[in-house]
Amino acid sequence: MNNAANTTVTSTPGDVIEIRDLNTRFGAAVVHRDVSLSVRRGEVFALVGGSGCGKSTMLREIIMLQQPVSGSIRVFGQEVIGLSDEQALPLRRRWGVMFERGALFSALTVTENVAMVLREHTCLGAVLIDEIAALKIALAGLPPDAGAKYPSELSGGMRKRAALARALALDPELLFLDEPTAGLDPLSATGLDELVRQLRDALGLTIMMVTHDLDLLWRTADRVAVLGDERILGNGTMQELARSEHAVIREYFHGPRGRGAREQAWNQK
Amino acid sequence: MNVPTMPLHAITQAAADIRPGATPRELRCEGAWLLRTAAQTETRIEACLGALAQPLDGELLIDATAVTSMDTSGAWLLHRIRRALEIGGRSVHFIGLRPEFEALLGLVATRTAQPAIAPPPLPGMLARIGGNAWEGMLGALGLLSFLGASTNALMRALVQPRRIRWRSILYNLQTAGVAALPITGMLSFLLGIVIAYQGAEQLMRVGANIYIADLVGLSMLRELSPLITAIIVAGRSGSAYAAQIGTMKVTEEVDALRTIGIGPLDLLVLPKVLALMIALPLLTVYTDVMGVLGGMVMARVQLDVGFATFIDRLDDAVSLTSFLIGIGKAPVFAVIIALVGCYQGFQVSGSAESVGHQTTKSVVQSIFLVILADALFSIAFSWLKL
Repeated sequence: MNNAANTTVTSTPGDVIEIRDLNTRFGAAVVHRDVSLSVRRGEVFALVGGSGCGKSTMLREIIMLQQPVSGSIRVFGQEVIGLSDEQALPLRRRWGVMFERGALFSALTVTENVAMVLREHTCLGAVLIDEIAALKIALAGLPPDAGAKYPSELSGGMRKRAALARALALDPELLFLDEPTAGLDPLSATGLDELVRQLRDALGLTIMMVTHDLDLLWRTADRVAVLGDERILGNGTMQELARSEHAVIREYFHGPRGRGAREQAWNQK
Repeated sequence: MNVPTMPLHAITQAAADIRPGATPRELRCEGAWLLRTAAQTETRIEACLGALAQPLDGELLIDATAVTSMDTSGAWLLHRIRRALEIGGRSVHFIGLRPEFEALLGLVATRTAQPAIAPPPLPGMLARIGGNAWEGMLGALGLLSFLGASTNALMRALVQPRRIRWRSILYNLQTAGVAALPITGMLSFLLGIVIAYQGAEQLMRVGANIYIADLVGLSMLRELSPLITAIIVAGRSGSAYAAQIGTMKVTEEVDALRTIGIGPLDLLVLPKVLALMIALPLLTVYTDVMGVLGGMVMARVQLDVGFATFIDRLDDAVSLTSFLIGIGKAPVFAVIIALVGCYQGFQVSGSAESVGHQTTKSVVQSIFLVILADALFSIAFSWLKL
């Protein structure tokens, strides 16, 4: 209990996610070759890299939607590769996932989307479930009237927030965000990265995200891993990576967009 | 104490509890205020607050020193306790709460400061009947205006034949016509057998075996074959039209077509209507043949009416008019099926469920309208003495 930010559980030493010698192939195409990395408790960790470099694949492997060829992925100290659905359930209840396009159930209202998770995994009364669902919707930064709306009636930014509310439904310790700001206007994107930071601070979450958004990286990420050429090209804080000599990383962070994002981040500090 | 391989939630913590404290002005909270145990916590809270019957004014303290952990759901429960107690005119203060829990409670309090909006009450019986009737009327009007818009598009296409999409028509002929041959043929063959079998017993009783050709020929050609073909095609192709256009609406492809300057009616509706207007009469001729074939087989097995005799009799029994009446209904059915399918596809809004809903509706409506049209045809033909 030495970690003040962590409010929900007694802490375990070590890392929340540990990946060792991960190998992924699709047919002949190698996606990951002996990739290792770890995510520490309470940090915002970002996985970046060009399109098709296997970021999302790695995320899907961690959350057990896909199986790697070999290697080890431990989440909360437990090996996830080869787990049966039954064994995976306790683990799945401890993390929340926000998908790139929200993946909200289109036949349900936002409140029902959140409440469904609670109803499935807890034995709370209907009133309390509705109240907690309303709380999550408020925590995700949506106005109260959004709860009664269907996903198709929401704007892109609101849909992402609704997806975040659903991901937060079970008070997860670990949150996965797949491209949290993709497809959002700058204002909504800024709102969302502030939200991510706030939630981390208030709830003591560990957050792992996959993103292209350099602004988001400068503003929120504690540590960043750059994926490319089937392996991890660099791993560290944004300042460290910005000083990296590696050609791909330099290109990534020192391209015109990268510079703009960094200047903006510095101006705000 | 912590073994890394052990799932965290297995580490037991004292469950959340709330009880009266040392003085009447004090409550004590302790344990882990977590979602996992929120149901039990809620019962404890109700018991404790229920026991707190004596009216208390002024300050009430909640000693939360012994709270070991808290998540947002736990914070919500604490917030709810505070709200419930404050309604009685008291002021409530938490003491001894750890700073991080204090912050969480603060977050929950500020985020839920806006009162939740109550869902609108369910409408009464009368309002629902009225609403449904109104919606039904709007639906009928919508279908009618869709018919108008499609006719309009067809007229424009006829003036400028370049606008007709022949490839699309051929493709639809293939999927709605050729691909439907096996199922329609088999079903109408079976139908012919059934009719002949049912009729055979009656005819044998009066020794009028040869009239089996009249029975099968007239009932198949005039009524059953067009109807059964239309119903199968409505189930096969009408639903496919609705689902295809509906999905395209969900993925905004229909909007994309409009912005590119292609009328959705020209590309999506007209080829389907035209193709089905060609395919359905042809299918009907084919099912006529198959149905009569079924009847012929049965006539030979049950009534000893040979194929040659049957066909001779069929020639006398069924006039060309009867055949043409049957075939003539098919294009009308085709228009109904294609238009209803496409119309319901365009009615899809947003969700995956809506696609399923409108697809179902398209099949039910088109079969209903096909049978209704058939009844109207019967009335009209009997007036015309055909």
